[in-house]
Amino acid sequence: MKLRRIWAVFLRQLYLYRRSFTRILDAFYWPTVDLILWGFITLYLEEASQSLPHYVSFFLGGLILWNILLRAQQGLSVSFLEDIWARNLLNLFVSPLKISEYLAGLALVSIVKVALAFGVMSTLAALLFGFQILVLGFWLLLFTLNLCAMGWAIGLVTMASILRFGQEAEILAWALALLFLPVSAVFYPVEILPPWLQKIAALVPASYVFEGMRALLLERVIHPVLILKATWLNLLYLVTSYLLFLKVYRGALVRGSIPKIGE
Amino acid sequence: MEAILEVRDLEKSFGGMRALDQVSFSLAPGEILGIVGPNGAGKTTLINCLLGLILPSRGRIFYFGLELFANRSLILEKVNFASSYVALPLSLTLEENLLVYAHLYGVRRPKRKVTELLELFGLAEIRHKRTRSLSSGQMMRLCLAKALLNEPQVLLLDEPTAGLDPEMAQKTRELISTYARKQKTAVIFTSHNLYEVERLCDRILILFKGKIKGLGKISELLETFRVNSLEELYFRLTT
Repeated sequence: MKLRRIWAVFLRQLYLYRRSFTRILDAFYWPTVDLILWGFITLYLEEASQSLPHYVSFFLGGLILWNILLRAQQGLSVSFLEDIWARNLLNLFVSPLKISEYLAGLALVSIVKVALAFGVMSTLAALLFGFQILVLGFWLLLFTLNLCAMGWAIGLVTMASILRFGQEAEILAWALALLFLPVSAVFYPVEILPPWLQKIAALVPASYVFEGMRALLLERVIHPVLILKATWLNLLYLVTSYLLFLKVYRGALVRGSIPKIGE
Repeated sequence: MEAILEVRDLEKSFGGMRALDQVSFSLAPGEILGIVGPNGAGKTTLINCLLGLILPSRGRIFYFGLELFANRSLILEKVNFASSYVALPLSLTLEENLLVYAHLYGVRRPKRKVTELLELFGLAEIRHKRTRSLSSGQMMRLCLAKALLNEPQVLLLDEPTAGLDPEMAQKTRELISTYARKQKTAVIFTSHNLYEVERLCDRILILFKGKIKGLGKISELLETFRVNSLEELYFRLTT
């Protein structure tokens, strides 16, 4: 892998965002709206029901961490779509750029998007609702890494689908991560799910992260095994999704579909 | 002279349709090869195979003695491409687009090289304009500037003068010709314009239904097929 080519992929997206007000707005708008909306709803619920003392922390913590996964996924798949919409994929794929370098460049874009969304949401949560996400301490870093990894895995599957089925599959860039939301235990514990869904949740890395977050906020302790399980599953997800993307890419070379994508 | 590009028995089928059939040819440094043929003859499929965008069903492609699909990244550092049908991202400025590709192709001193090319193609004054504001002639010049960023040893041009007015088309041809002679760059040039192929190319390859119907210097082909003009030869071999 050559760093200058990874930088070029990042630079292309940076130039795009630098002078696009709507794209910059998108990076801040939804995190801000989500946080304010859910923050006040949970404040109301907390006041209405004295038996829910940790609602604000659970909800806001869950929301901020879920946005890490979402932004990491979109950092990959929406950036890929930007290249398709601009019909730039052909120029990129006839350059010396390797697939691994392209994906690394998009991952860098997603890290910046995650950092922006996290910065906005954590600042607003502290200012408006007195919730400090940084109380999660060192574990926050491990949560973030795991959520990014799962976001990238979903992003790779989305990209593979778009490469295989064309722009008809572009809705997945916004929808696929949401499919994991109910079984990721973002806003409620896994035990609330019916047994068959609990079995599915056990296969979702994010569910361990959110269980860990709640344990940390409630009891100030966390079982490291939760993070180990999340990490192990994420490695499996990443390797599988990367291999899937490579397989689909090779299929696109055989079918000759890359020059036609975006037409 | 040793071939800089060698294509051996290239075949490509899509489903039951054979787009390329037993295509073999080679290219020497500084040589300009024109590929002509009617729509659907396989010109674009051939170019896409040469760029590593389509995996051939059979046959092999060698650049600088190295097999393309086993050494893709290494080879493409010394190859480049421009087409009148493939634009650069419209939201970026001319300079930004070239800078991105200068980094992709590993150009040393990218800013300097970009400035040099913008000046060469008469685009320096509008370097900070967005690419979407360009006319088709300016867009083609920008794409050619991108194609010369890495000082390629092989340049693939897919109908680079399509849609240009006669003056701009002539300037583009002159530029390609001068550059190829000066830099010893091998050029593959597809076109429907037989006049420009005759003016620009050292050899031509006539493709019809995926097969090579004629390959060589125009004067030799005219003699072999006993015809008086390239147009006559073209219609003889493609109908």
